[in-house]
Amino acid sequence: MVVRRRGHAAHRYAESPVLQLALQGWRSRLVGLTLMAAFGLLAGRSFYLQILDTDFLQGKGESRYRRDIEVSASRGKIVDRNGDLLAVSTPMKSIWAIPVDARQMGLEQRQKLAGLLEMPSRELDSRLAGDKGFTFLKRQVPPEVAERVDALKLPGVHQEKEYRRFYPSGDMTAHMVGFTGVDDKGLEGVELAFQRSLEGRPGSRSVIKDRRGRIVEDVGALKPPQDGRDVHLALDSKIQYLAYSHLKAAVIENNARAGGAIVLDARSGEVLALVNFPTYNPNNRERLSGAQLRNRAITDTFEPGSILKPFTAALALERGKVRFDTVIDCAPGRMTIGNATISDAHPHGALTVAQVIQKSSNVGTAKIAFHFAPREMWEMYDAVGFGQQPGLGFPGEVGGRLRPWKSWRPIEQATMSYGHGISVSLIQIARAYTVFARDGDLIPLSLVRLDEAPVKGAQVFSPETAREIRAMLEMAVQPEGTAPKARVAGYRVGGKTGTAYKLENGVYARKYVASFVGLAPLSDPRLVVAVMIDEPSGTAHYGGDVAGPAFSRIAAGALRTLGIKPDAPVQMAQGNVPAEKERL
Amino acid sequence: MLRINLFLLLVLVVCALLGVTAQHRARKLFQDLESEQERARQLDVEFGQLQLEMSTWATHPRVEQIAREKLRMRQPDAYGKAAEPAAPSRGRRG
Repeated sequence: MVVRRRGHAAHRYAESPVLQLALQGWRSRLVGLTLMAAFGLLAGRSFYLQILDTDFLQGKGESRYRRDIEVSASRGKIVDRNGDLLAVSTPMKSIWAIPVDARQMGLEQRQKLAGLLEMPSRELDSRLAGDKGFTFLKRQVPPEVAERVDALKLPGVHQEKEYRRFYPSGDMTAHMVGFTGVDDKGLEGVELAFQRSLEGRPGSRSVIKDRRGRIVEDVGALKPPQDGRDVHLALDSKIQYLAYSHLKAAVIENNARAGGAIVLDARSGEVLALVNFPTYNPNNRERLSGAQLRNRAITDTFEPGSILKPFTAALALERGKVRFDTVIDCAPGRMTIGNATISDAHPHGALTVAQVIQKSSNVGTAKIAFHFAPREMWEMYDAVGFGQQPGLGFPGEVGGRLRPWKSWRPIEQATMSYGHGISVSLIQIARAYTVFARDGDLIPLSLVRLDEAPVKGAQVFSPETAREIRAMLEMAVQPEGTAPKARVAGYRVGGKTGTAYKLENGVYARKYVASFVGLAPLSDPRLVVAVMIDEPSGTAHYGGDVAGPAFSRIAAGALRTLGIKPDAPVQMAQGNVPAEKERL
Repeated sequence: MLRINLFLLLVLVVCALLGVTAQHRARKLFQDLESEQERARQLDVEFGQLQLEMSTWATHPRVEQIAREKLRMRQPDAYGKAAEPAAPSRGRRG
């Protein structure tokens, strides 16, 4: 310190005259000023740091202890109407590596890792060989395996949480439920159709972590994760299983190319079952072919053939052109319109309108159809939903083909009356039949479970007409009809067969689509079951022989599953119906 | 004056220490909460996995196979009676 001379009473050693220095006054002032300046500099610096640059520094500081973490949200479940799981996500781990760091692993460590990940160690080496900054070693590893990998404490090997989708019911519900990609986004079926509500939205939170990486405090805004909503389908997995196993049996038995079946609840319009064969296992989608992936019941159209005949008859009854028992001359089983001839598979003589449906006479139906102008028929087909998408919201829905009435030629009107020259999907035809199962009104279909059935749809036919058509459909499954094999022991059922030629490059080939659409139980219709078998090439190819038995088995199982009381008189069930030897 | 100042200083120190303890305890409790929440999440995941396992065991094809082959059950007719007497038969399927 600078000591200045001062007059003072006490005599101290510092003031000893010997030690007194004669210094110039400016020197002490200079030192004082320098110190002041240095102090000022410090003050200025701290002002700069604390006030001007504070945001930057605050941010830097926070980045040392504050972390933004993403909170993952899971995808919603898909369950059937009884709550059985059809699709569920469960967390898995993906194992990734920074190759540069990971190459420090010893040989033994590499072998251990390769063993845990179930991959050849050569593949592991090749993954680590590149100069990429990041590489996935394996995705969707079960959590137990990931924990063991973690325990190895390998350099440069990291893990991340991800979800994997499981489909417990596998190939049975594959087309209906669809599947998701590796990034958990829907690619097919309900997974795609309901992507928006199934999808979970991850949240985020910022926290303070301590030295050991534990979260000690929440800071800042919290965004809670939103789990995806569950989707409750109308599907009944038991009916679905029955439909699947019987359809599969029918396709294999008849050596057919493919098949589809649909079960609808006629009261509510809910889709209780929808199956296709061939199918695939959504849990293991390697080696998938297009044929397996096709959801035929919804995305494929076919010429329906005779299953359209009841609509022609219904229109005629509705307009009062014919009555239930009006006689129509179908002899000699052939009819020439313009320069084309239509014929019956088996020639018939004079038939009543009901018998035309029962025995499926093309000639008879064409004669009924000539009571109308093309426009009237077109309007009826349009009213039951042909030529329009069924509106399920399902990916790849098709509307089929219903040409405008103005361009119909007479021969076309005749063939259209029995289902040729028009194309529909199986779901459309099943929906159209709900008109007969109900009192003549058409309701929208629903993939999801409804709490309340729609009260009334658009009226297409009168209740009286629907009742008469039901009587005709019941006649078709009697021994004199086309589909005695479609009968169900204990229940009154009715339906219509279809055996349509397939169009190949604009020419009808000797290949068939055999189909059957039926209602059960007839005393109070509850179910509409539609079965379609594509290219049966066994001994039989008629709808009644190929699709009829499948209908019978599916309907029997579905009726039992729903607990619907048998409505047939007892002796009939015990009489000439062959003993049921069917699967559950 | 000095005495009051000293007293206030003491009060200040005590308050500061209490503040630090409170913060510490808050963090401890928060950690407990955090670990419990983590456990809840874990249990949730486990529940999902068990549900999945259950539905895998309860698939309809498996139920049918066991009913037919192991328990030798058969299908009743529409009136609730077994169509044939349930004679024990080995590995018979309908």
